[in-house]
Amino acid sequence: MTAPLIEGLYREGDPIADTAAPDGPIAEKWTKHQFDNQLVNPANRRKLDVIIVGTGLAGASAGATLGEAGYNVKSFCYQDSPRRAHSIAAQGGINAAKNYKGDGDSIYRLFYDTVKGGDYRSREDNTYRLAEVSADIIDQCVAQGVPFAREYGGLLDNRSFGGVQVSRTFYARGQTGQQLLIGAYQALERQIAAGSVKMYSRHEMLELIVVDGKARGIIARDMVSGEIETHLADAVVLASGGYGNVYFLSTNAMGCNVTASWRAHRKGAYFANPCYTQIHPTCIPVSGEHQSKLTLMSESLRNDGRIWVPKRREDCEKDPRDIPEEDRDYYLERLYPSFGNLVPRDIASRQAKNMCDEGRGVGPKVGDFRRGVYLDFKEAIGRLGEDAVRAKYGNLFDMYKQITGEDPYQVPMRIYPAVHYTMGGLWVDYDLQATIPGLFVAGEANFSDHGANRLGASALMQGLADGYFVLPNTIRNYLADGPYEAIDAKHPAVIEAQDSVENRIQTLLGINGDRSVDSFHKELGHIMWEYCGMERTDEGLRKAIDLIRSLRDEFWRNVRVLGAADTLNQSLEKAGRVADFLELGELMCIDALHRRESCGGHFRAESQTEDGEALRHDDEFLYVGAWEWGGEDGNPVLHKEALEYEFIELKQRSYK
Amino acid sequence: MRTAVRGRARQVSDGGVRPSSTVLTVATSTIAGRQRPKTGSILLKTVMAVTGLIFVGFILAHMYGNLMIFAGREAFNEYAHHLRELGSPMLPEGGFLWIMRITLLVSLVLHAASAFALWARAGKARTVRYVQRKGQWATFVKRSMRWGGAALLIFVVFHILHFTTNTIQIGGNYDNPADRLLNSFGVWWAVLIYLFAVACLGMHLLHGIWSAGMTLGLNTSLDAAERLRLTAILVAVVVVVGFALPPLAIFLGLIP
Amino acid sequence: MKLTLKIWRQSGPEDRGGVVTYPIDGVSEDMSFLEMLDVLNEGLIAEGEEPVAFDSDCREGICGMCGVMINGEAHGPERTTTCQLHMRSFRDGDEIVIEPWRADAFPVIKDLCVDRGAFDRIIQAGGYISANTGSAPDAHATPVPKENADRAFMAAECIGCGACVAACPNASGMLFMGSKITHLGEFPQGQPERDARVMSMTAQHDLEGFGGCTNLGECSRACPKGIPLNVISQMNGDLLRAQRHQA
Repeated sequence: MTAPLIEGLYREGDPIADTAAPDGPIAEKWTKHQFDNQLVNPANRRKLDVIIVGTGLAGASAGATLGEAGYNVKSFCYQDSPRRAHSIAAQGGINAAKNYKGDGDSIYRLFYDTVKGGDYRSREDNTYRLAEVSADIIDQCVAQGVPFAREYGGLLDNRSFGGVQVSRTFYARGQTGQQLLIGAYQALERQIAAGSVKMYSRHEMLELIVVDGKARGIIARDMVSGEIETHLADAVVLASGGYGNVYFLSTNAMGCNVTASWRAHRKGAYFANPCYTQIHPTCIPVSGEHQSKLTLMSESLRNDGRIWVPKRREDCEKDPRDIPEEDRDYYLERLYPSFGNLVPRDIASRQAKNMCDEGRGVGPKVGDFRRGVYLDFKEAIGRLGEDAVRAKYGNLFDMYKQITGEDPYQVPMRIYPAVHYTMGGLWVDYDLQATIPGLFVAGEANFSDHGANRLGASALMQGLADGYFVLPNTIRNYLADGPYEAIDAKHPAVIEAQDSVENRIQTLLGINGDRSVDSFHKELGHIMWEYCGMERTDEGLRKAIDLIRSLRDEFWRNVRVLGAADTLNQSLEKAGRVADFLELGELMCIDALHRRESCGGHFRAESQTEDGEALRHDDEFLYVGAWEWGGEDGNPVLHKEALEYEFIELKQRSYK
Repeated sequence: MRTAVRGRARQVSDGGVRPSSTVLTVATSTIAGRQRPKTGSILLKTVMAVTGLIFVGFILAHMYGNLMIFAGREAFNEYAHHLRELGSPMLPEGGFLWIMRITLLVSLVLHAASAFALWARAGKARTVRYVQRKGQWATFVKRSMRWGGAALLIFVVFHILHFTTNTIQIGGNYDNPADRLLNSFGVWWAVLIYLFAVACLGMHLLHGIWSAGMTLGLNTSLDAAERLRLTAILVAVVVVVGFALPPLAIFLGLIP
Repeated sequence: MKLTLKIWRQSGPEDRGGVVTYPIDGVSEDMSFLEMLDVLNEGLIAEGEEPVAFDSDCREGICGMCGVMINGEAHGPERTTTCQLHMRSFRDGDEIVIEPWRADAFPVIKDLCVDRGAFDRIIQAGGYISANTGSAPDAHATPVPKENADRAFMAAECIGCGACVAACPNASGMLFMGSKITHLGEFPQGQPERDARVMSMTAQHDLEGFGGCTNLGECSRACPKGIPLNVISQMNGDLLRAQRHQA
């Protein structure tokens, strides 16, 4: 490595480009590309093995589709059943450019909204394709029996979501993710019954096997028996989700982790835009140090609720009902008179944090701070009546009451932002192929479609688009050159991967220090939230990098993992995941540090307008930051993929 | 720690395509015939439901007959005699009664056998018991069905020996049905035995009719569930009252 | 709050297992039940004892991964999932008995974790509509009356947690199965395979070693999603119909 070290942290490597992207008019690219991609003879498909890690929307739908096509699929999930993947928790809905409402929606408009929503940091052609296949997703799901909401005429209902002006969101009450996932899960189970998919549940991928530069398999641990298994294949698909749990507290499930992606990254796959995270403003606040996860409430609450904090710090401990109107600060209405409480997610989140940092947060003290702001429905109840509010938000109010023990009809709700989604992920080309040939990445695990911020109801769309329609049509181009040369179980690359996994497990079990895995994870989470959360500064990020390094150092000296390797051992599972988060966290901070602009979901303090609003720098940062692993003691290497906007004009957003 | 290699150790493929006649391309199997247990548990329940409903019909008719005692000895004896001649001359004397008896006997055997089979399955389905179990209404109902059902089985034998075959004689031996009835229920413990049996029957019907409706697919909405529940309560109450009245009335000397 | 926990510990499938008593202090009523167990586990780790294994994932009541018997009730005293149960449902000084789901079809893996693979195999037997990717007609090609769609949704809310089996005195899985059969049977798309589905799934249910249903309703009372008993009746009716069609 001859490139100079920048800021003492990273080096810059050669730029990269998406060479798989087709030419031509944007509306014809995908059709053309599907035609240009090679086909696999049906008779050959049985001879081709594909490993899929993860059974969320992307993984389950890809597994079902490839199984139907006749490939030999092995599917892995760490949960006890593929139906538990965290896609299940998505509430709001799924976008699709069906234009069933005749309100002027189109593929192009969905494409445009997605690019704009991503603050111009996504690829045009990927995003267009996403919008293009969105309509097919709805057809597919309806055919599978997904119970979308319907109107009395028997046709599908739509709603408008996340501030867009057309109604293109299909939903199944507040459980859209669940219903879509169960649809994909059932399709997957059908293939398991047919014998084309072999399911490995309670299995965790711990290493990627790369032979002659190609991804050829994985090492997985059977979480029940502790057995370390080697699975070989012609291609490996990672659909292992996002890495929001690096913050410890997030709306992700307890088990969500970056290990599959990170192991691939360490084997040569580039990690793109790791610092792009989405923070959701309406979550139920933390109630104490014991908190294990955060629960999201639908953003629709902001349609009728008014957000405020007390004007004076002294009032923060008072019963909110005793604080008179003139002592309340409806800060969003004050700062953004035209949008008020409906400002985009990142602004609502950042301002909530600002209020709490000023010491005007409400609710129980957690550490030194009260982390919460009021979301008050008193005015709405007065205007609409309690029954109307109940009809609209009843289930959310019940959920809130269940968790907090407070009745939101009587007392204002308390909300606080929480990490919700990660736009960053493994770098992929138009074919969803990572920088390691034969490694494909789908769903939240890849970086491709959402730019620096994701629109509401688009995560489900991307997961299913990738799994049902995109990946099966791109992976065939790679598989058509197979079957690839058979690999012996004694191949040095296989042995090396097995040994590294076993050594790591033995190391973790052998440290026998003083601190539990969770205590490290919580500390990492605090660092990330404080310095690499909604608002980032040069100084804070540098501090965070130092803190993470010393925490990682302590982890490998002082973590305590009890129990044995050859049994169900949840501490051991967590230890491996946290070890990877400790490496990812540093990379996220480096990425955030190098990106000196406010963009999408994150705010960089050094880059703001005079009014304190986000300021993007298209001249300097109109690129995807794809990071190459720099080796155990080396420094990460940044490869820039320039973003070119042929069809959409770049604009600064404004919500004043 | 053991290491296993799963993954096909495949030889380098010759890349050849098998003759198309043997190529099974895509895995599109729909729901295929699978291994089946000999008697599904729902089949057993269906047998219980159908046979149970046969009994409900019989019991309602039986109850109607019992209530004839309020019309006097003559009417009651005439009714009993008439039963023997039902269907005559198409059927020989007592023919209808025998058809009925055989139907009931077969139903009883099927009903009880299915119940015992389900009971055994439930036992095998949870061989390790809970350390603590919250007292449940369902547990009470379950036991009342099982033990109450078993008690009814014993009662039926007693009842046949008492009134049908006249083997057990309570309060003296009389030839006509009405006198047998009146004398028996002059004895307090006989009244108690019968009232206990009627109570068991009521409990059994309360859940049994609901359960039969469930099994036959009648509960398909919340409203239907309510109707089914009310029907079960209504039939159970009618049966309990209808069967309890004669012995009580006789014991209290309300019938001359 | 101070509590006494009596937790089922079992080192593996072959171990006989038994109840171990753990006193715990400093429990706040804002904790969820599983966070209380997290706190217990942190304490156990500090003392060098292996933490209690229990399953959970989303911790917002939708994935269905968590679930234990709490004082003899599936998911505890409230109608919700174990992860959404909060400690304010208990009082200072309470004794809480925590056990895994008990059914021979759900063998214990370790401590409070059980293997619910039987549910997946029931779905494999026919809990789907055969619709290959890309073969679907336009979503509006077949309108579905709202009542059918709503009932399908009600049944589709099942999260597959297994509380119905755990609560059933017969360890029957009929509520789980009935909800899937009702869900798919409400749609026009589900009709072609309706008979085969109910026959195949019910057969698989019995092969897995679940008990038969005796319509006691304990499953529905324990169901965190409140799925009504009528899905079982629907399934029974569908099975009768399927057998008639076959005969």
